[in-house]
Amino acid sequence: MKPLALFKSELDGFLKELSRDYDIFGPKRQKKGYLDWGEIEGLSDLDLSPGVTKTSIKSFFLPQPEVLFEFSTRAREERAFRLKEPKCPDRKRVLFGVRPCDARSIYLNSMPYKDDCYFQKNIERNIVIGLFCKAHLSTCFCTWVGGSPTSTDGMDIGVYELEDSFIFLPFSQRGQEFLRDKGLREIGQKEEEQIDAYKNHAPEGISEGVDIAKEFSQKSLFDLYDARFWQEVTDPCLNCGTCTFLCPTCYCFDIQDEVLRGKGRRIRYWDSCMFPLFTLHASGHNPRGEKVKRVRNRFMHKLKYFPDRFGPISCVGCGRCVRDCPVSIDIRQVIRQFLEI
Amino acid sequence: MSTINEKITTEIRKVAKELLEKDEVAAFLGYTEGTVPMVMKPFVARRPEDVEKLFWNSFCVLNLANYLPLVLQSLEPPRRPNDPLPEGPLPRVGVLATGCWSRNMVVQIKENQIERERVIIVGISSRGMVDRKKVQAQVDHLEITEVIEEDHKLIVKGPGFTKEINRWDVVRDNCKSCVHPDPVIYDEVIGDFSGGRQVPKRFGDIQEIEDMDIEERWKWFQEEISSCIRCYACRNACPLCYCPTCFVDDSRPQWVGKSIDKTDTALFHILRAFHCAGRCTDCGACESACPMGIRMRLFTKKLYKDCMELYGFEPGLRIDEPLPLTTFKLEDPQDYILQQGQKGEEK
Repeated sequence: MKPLALFKSELDGFLKELSRDYDIFGPKRQKKGYLDWGEIEGLSDLDLSPGVTKTSIKSFFLPQPEVLFEFSTRAREERAFRLKEPKCPDRKRVLFGVRPCDARSIYLNSMPYKDDCYFQKNIERNIVIGLFCKAHLSTCFCTWVGGSPTSTDGMDIGVYELEDSFIFLPFSQRGQEFLRDKGLREIGQKEEEQIDAYKNHAPEGISEGVDIAKEFSQKSLFDLYDARFWQEVTDPCLNCGTCTFLCPTCYCFDIQDEVLRGKGRRIRYWDSCMFPLFTLHASGHNPRGEKVKRVRNRFMHKLKYFPDRFGPISCVGCGRCVRDCPVSIDIRQVIRQFLEI
Repeated sequence: MSTINEKITTEIRKVAKELLEKDEVAAFLGYTEGTVPMVMKPFVARRPEDVEKLFWNSFCVLNLANYLPLVLQSLEPPRRPNDPLPEGPLPRVGVLATGCWSRNMVVQIKENQIERERVIIVGISSRGMVDRKKVQAQVDHLEITEVIEEDHKLIVKGPGFTKEINRWDVVRDNCKSCVHPDPVIYDEVIGDFSGGRQVPKRFGDIQEIEDMDIEERWKWFQEEISSCIRCYACRNACPLCYCPTCFVDDSRPQWVGKSIDKTDTALFHILRAFHCAGRCTDCGACESACPMGIRMRLFTKKLYKDCMELYGFEPGLRIDEPLPLTTFKLEDPQDYILQQGQKGEEK
């Protein structure tokens, strides 16, 4: 399929047309001034400024909370204590303007969630329209961790923003079908040239030719685990959940039953390895009872355990944790320290 | 470069080095530079050579008192939970303290969280810390890649722009309304003390909210917390929050839902604020730590005001004063207690 094009002036109409069949979400300027995901009805809602949104794309795939099933606790009811499938909204969603880092997180999270029916249902429900980056922030480091400003991982469709137009390219079967009847025109000669010359303002790599996923999987787990730098990394940490909750690839959850007046639901909600209850056992024992062990787990999971098991590093370099950590703990520094081991 | 900050930084390093070299303290708690502009990193210097990493500027927004109990504990010889403390003096910690931080240390001493003998407090009068969210708003939320601080202005740089900002314009709200910038307890002093400050409308921001009618106020409250992601950065940045298991984490019994349900989030913020009543010094660490820009300090400041008006008490000013919520006096106001059938009315 050839790339399709849309003049910038046509985007508003395109989105309005789309909103008949889909709920559209995209980066939107919030009252407090930052960009975050919001519902889009037309062009005026959308803000495609460089950089990532405050929170990540993950709440569309791992909702906070996800209802796993519902039940009644009224013993007199016929269907008491029988599990009911939660209602799933019929309308599909379009996620517009997803940056390559966020899109890559969907691809990475799909590995541990391969057989998770809830996650897969959300994959089916969301059409991911990515937006390649032509500028990056000082906190961006996608090129360190296997991504790039034009990475297509996790995208159904990718969009180049040119001077006067948007160019749409499908990267999945679903993306192709989606684009088929949307009234987009074929790409022009000039536009094709513009794509070729699309300036790749990639963040500088960590160092030429170093594949850190490979490097880290060759390192001894015990050497990293017992490294001397952990105490200093941990000292300033507040053990809050900012990094893990803003992170697109932090996917840990906890499960709870909520029952109110005979109506119950089992929910799955975000957990964080920074929290003291994260691995608390029923016996009272906690293998990660101290701050330093929790901080170490966060980085070891992303940089060592995950690549050992699945291949790539479980970080997309979006820089949200770097940007919003209240005490400036920087995963890029930890990566450098890993390389020195 | 700010000559004021440079001077203070040099002094801090000198004092810290001396304390560490003479073994007066086993660790010194201060600040070092972060990797992004306008975020400083709390730092524990353990060896005399570490002091070169210490820095001071207007972005030291978190309350160092918060780190004290854990750092002190880390220096004690390892022991099991029920073992008695070892005999003899335990290692001490040196710590920087502005007005509010030192007041929180007073609260910690009174609440038996730290021992006065084990801390060497190095007092600095605060000029008011800068709110990085205010700076971001000044440049329309464009990306800031460098901030140079001079004595009375900030030079803010980003891709394609440079802007000069008056420092006082972007000082945090709690610092602007602060009347106690000088430390109340200290062992060493850096720089001169201000001798206190006069503020025309100390509780002006609270008055505005009090003046709203109930519906309007509830709407304001819900709007303010609507972006909360329940990361608990506010709670964890607070030196008052030291319960081994917080009520939000407890699951037996479960006091509050764990996801981002509106009612649960409201309950968290209300209860958090009430737990700080009569103890909060309005240091603003909660607000500075919040990634979402929620102004939860206004909730605790309302209780600060109530505590002052009802009991004439300001937290952490005097080490020999009883705490208001553990003291009962016959003349305490009691009109909040309602009789059966009586209706609560707004004053």
